[in-house]
Amino acid sequence: MTRRYSALSLFREGLANQTGWEPAWRSPQPRKTYDVIVIGGGGHGLSTVYYLARNHGITNVAVLEKGWIGGGNTGRNTTVVRSNYYYPESVALYGLAHRLYENLSGEINYNVMLSQRGMVTLCHSVAEMEIAARLVNAMQINGTDAELFSVEDVRRVLPNYNFAPDARFPVLGGVWQGRAGTARHDAVAWGYARAASRLGVDIIQNCEITDFIIEGGRCRGVETTRGAIRANRIGMAVAGHSSVLAAKAGFRLPINSYALQACVSEPVKPVLDTVVLSPGTGVYVSQSDKGEIVLGGALDRVPSYGQRGNLPTLESVIAGLLEMFPSFGQLKLMRQWAGIVDVVPDSSPIIGESPLPGLFLNCGWGTGGFKAIPAGGTLLAHLLATGRHHDISRPFDLDRFTTGRLLDEAAGSGIAH
Amino acid sequence: MQLFPCPFCGPRPETEFHYNGEAGNIRPDGAQVSAECWAGYLYERSNPKGAAREIWVHATCQEFFVMERDTVTHQLAATQTPGFAEHAE
Repeated sequence: MTRRYSALSLFREGLANQTGWEPAWRSPQPRKTYDVIVIGGGGHGLSTVYYLARNHGITNVAVLEKGWIGGGNTGRNTTVVRSNYYYPESVALYGLAHRLYENLSGEINYNVMLSQRGMVTLCHSVAEMEIAARLVNAMQINGTDAELFSVEDVRRVLPNYNFAPDARFPVLGGVWQGRAGTARHDAVAWGYARAASRLGVDIIQNCEITDFIIEGGRCRGVETTRGAIRANRIGMAVAGHSSVLAAKAGFRLPINSYALQACVSEPVKPVLDTVVLSPGTGVYVSQSDKGEIVLGGALDRVPSYGQRGNLPTLESVIAGLLEMFPSFGQLKLMRQWAGIVDVVPDSSPIIGESPLPGLFLNCGWGTGGFKAIPAGGTLLAHLLATGRHHDISRPFDLDRFTTGRLLDEAAGSGIAH
Repeated sequence: MQLFPCPFCGPRPETEFHYNGEAGNIRPDGAQVSAECWAGYLYERSNPKGAAREIWVHATCQEFFVMERDTVTHQLAATQTPGFAEHAE
């Protein structure tokens, strides 16, 4: 059987009529007990079990997914990888994820198609340019790459932007992060799943949590649609459904769930070779390797668990895109969808032990969880293995809502939510 | 575009409305309110999947009201003027 992916194995399998490939991951029956269970087979859950095995040598582990792996927000996001945040705590967190992404394909022998094409956040007013200069200074001091772009710089990377004198959103400059880019979202989920499975982790799909097993005030396992499964420590990485599981475990979280939608056009020839974000129009857009224009914008304004997205937000996103790139008006939309994101008041994630001892949280990433997958997994794995915080995850504990030490990235880096 | 029923104006487009929080989230009162109690009021939410009871405001007429709604199907169940005690934020 062919285990390792390489140009040589591809060539050999071509000669052997493609008969030697083995499934990328095993699908065993769940056992009755594990050392660690992780709930949620998205990017964060799968990276958690991979790092549990690789960094901590804990392989008696299962990841439980109610549907199919990578079928939630991991398969619904717009695939942007970046670390242009304001606070030192955030730069440490997203910087860790960014660095791990840069070496991921080689490490897990799975091409996640990381394309560091750079990202520009546009400024449309003098006031925004002032804030951009402050943000760039902060990012450089905190050790991540950032550059202040003039209007000429923006014109160089975005020649087809609407620079007309009567443009509704004229550009004065922007913030550039050259190491930012995109990665193939499904490949991140599948690559981590394959690597974790190789190290002995059980990947259990179609296994929904119905309740928690709580004994002596401590979480001892879960009841599932495939029977009871017990473990010493349980992790939870379920994004927009965190509040639903928290209710079963007997506590509430500082989370509101909203639909975040995105859409793609028909594939066209290369026309946009960076990622663009415009806070003015509320639109972010890039072109996929297949040639589709991938775009998204703000949250739907109605709290929701319906994975559809509503029309007013879609309309404003497309209107914003056409203000920025009038030539895109010729494109036809192919698909539109939404994922349910877990929005936290300070726009920073929650990583740490839950109010139910033995149950650990990785949630609250809101609209930006994909870029953080390697860090979310590393840090939750550290908590599950040691019972203690990693230095990088400590500021993101749930206790910040009681102590008042919030990390307000909506104010810091101007992310919308 | 979904129509929401304003108790004052009648059915209006959803874009005219603003979500104002969960109904029944009552501000703690008194001199001895613990930090945990404040965190519960300020930040923790039930965030239900399915039947929800929420405070909304119709931005154009400033009418506050309670809307009962399903957060999965977005089907509306009922609206009413809130009691003083459950007027959230």
